[in-house]
Amino acid sequence: MTSDAFAFWRIFFARLPVFLPVLLKGALTTVEITFASLVVAIVLGLLLALLRHARVPILSGLATAYVDLLRAVPVLTTLFIIYFGLAYLGVRLSSFAAAITGLGLLGAAYMAEIHRAGIESIHRGQREAALSLGMTPATAMRYVVLPQAFRVVIPPTANYAIGLLKDTAVVSTVAAPELLFAAKTLVSQTLLPMQIYLLAALVYLSLSLPLARLAHYVEVRLSRGG
Amino acid sequence: MPPKLRIVDLHKRYGHLEVLKGINLEVQWGEKVVLIGPSGAGKSTLLRCINFLEKPSAGHIYLDGELIGERPANGGYAHLGERELAVTRARIGMVFQRFNLFPHLSALENVAIGPYRVLSKTKAESERIAAALIEKVGLGAKANAFPERLSGGQQQRVAIARALAMQPSLMLFDEPTSALDPELIGEVLQVIRQLAAEGMTMLIVTHEVNFAEDVADRVLFVDDGVIVEEGSPQAILRSPQHTRTRSFLRAVLER
Amino acid sequence: MGAVLAVYGEYLGRWLPPLLRAAVVTLELAALSIAVGLILGLVVALMKMSHLGALRRAAGSYIEVIRGTPALTQIYIVYFGLAGIGIRLDNFTAAVAALGINTAAYMAEIYRAGIESVHKGQREAALSLGMTPARAMRYVVLPQAWSVVLPPGTNLAIAILKDTSLASAIATPELMSRAYDLVGQTWRPMDIYVLAALIYAAMCLPLGLLVRRLERPARRGEVEEPGGPRRRIGLRGPWTAVGTKGAGGKGEAGGGAAAAPGRMT
Repeated sequence: MTSDAFAFWRIFFARLPVFLPVLLKGALTTVEITFASLVVAIVLGLLLALLRHARVPILSGLATAYVDLLRAVPVLTTLFIIYFGLAYLGVRLSSFAAAITGLGLLGAAYMAEIHRAGIESIHRGQREAALSLGMTPATAMRYVVLPQAFRVVIPPTANYAIGLLKDTAVVSTVAAPELLFAAKTLVSQTLLPMQIYLLAALVYLSLSLPLARLAHYVEVRLSRGG
Repeated sequence: MPPKLRIVDLHKRYGHLEVLKGINLEVQWGEKVVLIGPSGAGKSTLLRCINFLEKPSAGHIYLDGELIGERPANGGYAHLGERELAVTRARIGMVFQRFNLFPHLSALENVAIGPYRVLSKTKAESERIAAALIEKVGLGAKANAFPERLSGGQQQRVAIARALAMQPSLMLFDEPTSALDPELIGEVLQVIRQLAAEGMTMLIVTHEVNFAEDVADRVLFVDDGVIVEEGSPQAILRSPQHTRTRSFLRAVLER
Repeated sequence: MGAVLAVYGEYLGRWLPPLLRAAVVTLELAALSIAVGLILGLVVALMKMSHLGALRRAAGSYIEVIRGTPALTQIYIVYFGLAGIGIRLDNFTAAVAALGINTAAYMAEIYRAGIESVHKGQREAALSLGMTPARAMRYVVLPQAWSVVLPPGTNLAIAILKDTSLASAIATPELMSRAYDLVGQTWRPMDIYVLAALIYAAMCLPLGLLVRRLERPARRGEVEEPGGPRRRIGLRGPWTAVGTKGAGGKGEAGGGAAAAPGRMT
């Protein structure tokens, strides 16, 4: 029994040069999905946050409802609704597109909260000073509030991005060709689940840890000065 | 010639709490009016109503004879929208207790942003105006410094320059020195004195009684949302008539 | 119009019962995972704060690794990986184990932040009364840390509730699995998945409101610096599931009480 177990590991290490590129290719897709979803989330999230400040109560109410609702539902469910549900209604998205749409829409809800907190953290006096100079609320927002909110928002956004990276794993369930899916496929071919999944975990770590260190560094730099 | 500022029966309510209970006031061109009174009396609220950072609950305000902040509608009056209010606010300068300088801009940029983004002057022109004003308040050497590197007194002087850059015809000062360390108060008061000497119409809320005596043409004692007593600085500060005025001054001067 | 409603009513009548039964399994999964996470998390947190460097480093690595890898991968490792080396767990146990381990890593950070938020002087006062460090922790520090821990902890609970959906990938009979089966039978993915989403929302939204109420007394700390206000924002809102993911052991975007080193999903 013991020799069997070691045999598996020996096979694994022998075939490593074959396994690693497959996983790395998946990792590349993971990064692509993360990046694209992040962009969608940040832009849409900012829009949502500004909408919540809108004069028209219907708009701000809708924006709030969107944010609250989307964050009360698992990623998997939202993903399935977009991938399978839309297909049923005739809109056939590729798993890649569905992934970005789902993660992007969901991300927008989180980013909206981050943006909102950022905007609200800017002292009220700033806005008043801007208004008393004769700026319209829009001008005040654009040149005084948002530039300051931008810096406050960066650390939580960086943290969110790291979370997003891990969430891309969920899209493996709709066969998007990212890292975990590549690992799953490899496991079904090689029957070496522990080894392959551990390797996949390692690849995730090699992506997320440096990002986390970078995020922490940025946070420290921003809070200190400059 | 109409008065610079005319306030008619101004009321301001927050829910059930009435902070301003019928203020009537006229300020002439070039006049310096100082408001004194206990905290919570409504002095700051009055100033903030004049440039419509707060919307009055009742009453009217006239700048240079024209009604500001509202338009007649439906047999009554309706408040103007923010974009229209912005135009009025550009004519009135406000200096805040907590300076409210924009931390992401240098001193020069703080002063230049009004002309640049509101009056739509060119960047070069705006910076020229700003440089001149910063020089005028005595901070030429610090033009490129950021607010966090400036002392409170320096920040407040930049804030005054910033308001002046809009070339307002009326300046509102909301306790301009209350947030400053004692040794920094003098430099700010000096700038305000200079401005007063140049003929600017001003409304100043302050606790600095000696300064009030120096600069003011008229002193108003405000308590509990009404103007209790008003008159020349000598009259109010040396021989107040009203008991409330007297007890307030006694408490303040005991400092 | 009435006909459409009638048809939908009939469908709902057929779909809701199995979905709701599965939702109960979801709640069971979540509750057990949270329980595991709470206990294991406390152990890890205490390890992280211990004097022994080895314990500290072990705990630190645990936190970093768990928080740096996706939950789904962890589930696969526990279910398929262990089976590959001979340890066969049923899908419910595997899900609880994986989610519990995952939760513990985040909970450890929340505990740590909570404990550290209690002023050092409290511990010193307790010790100078003659309490042992353990007693001081138990009777003075932890009770105070509790209120700081509650909001991010509740946020984490919401995140776990949603993460139970991942167990569907190993066919654990929870809500998403059941929905998936139902879709296979009825070929109506939109209706059924939206229904599932609504059931999740029904479970998570009340918890979210609870978090808001918990966060209210401890508002975001506002530091007023007349020169340059550099505020650390506390995310006020129901799922502050943004924190230092993978930055194991390092600071968090703290503010009043709220920002939790939680997860997103």
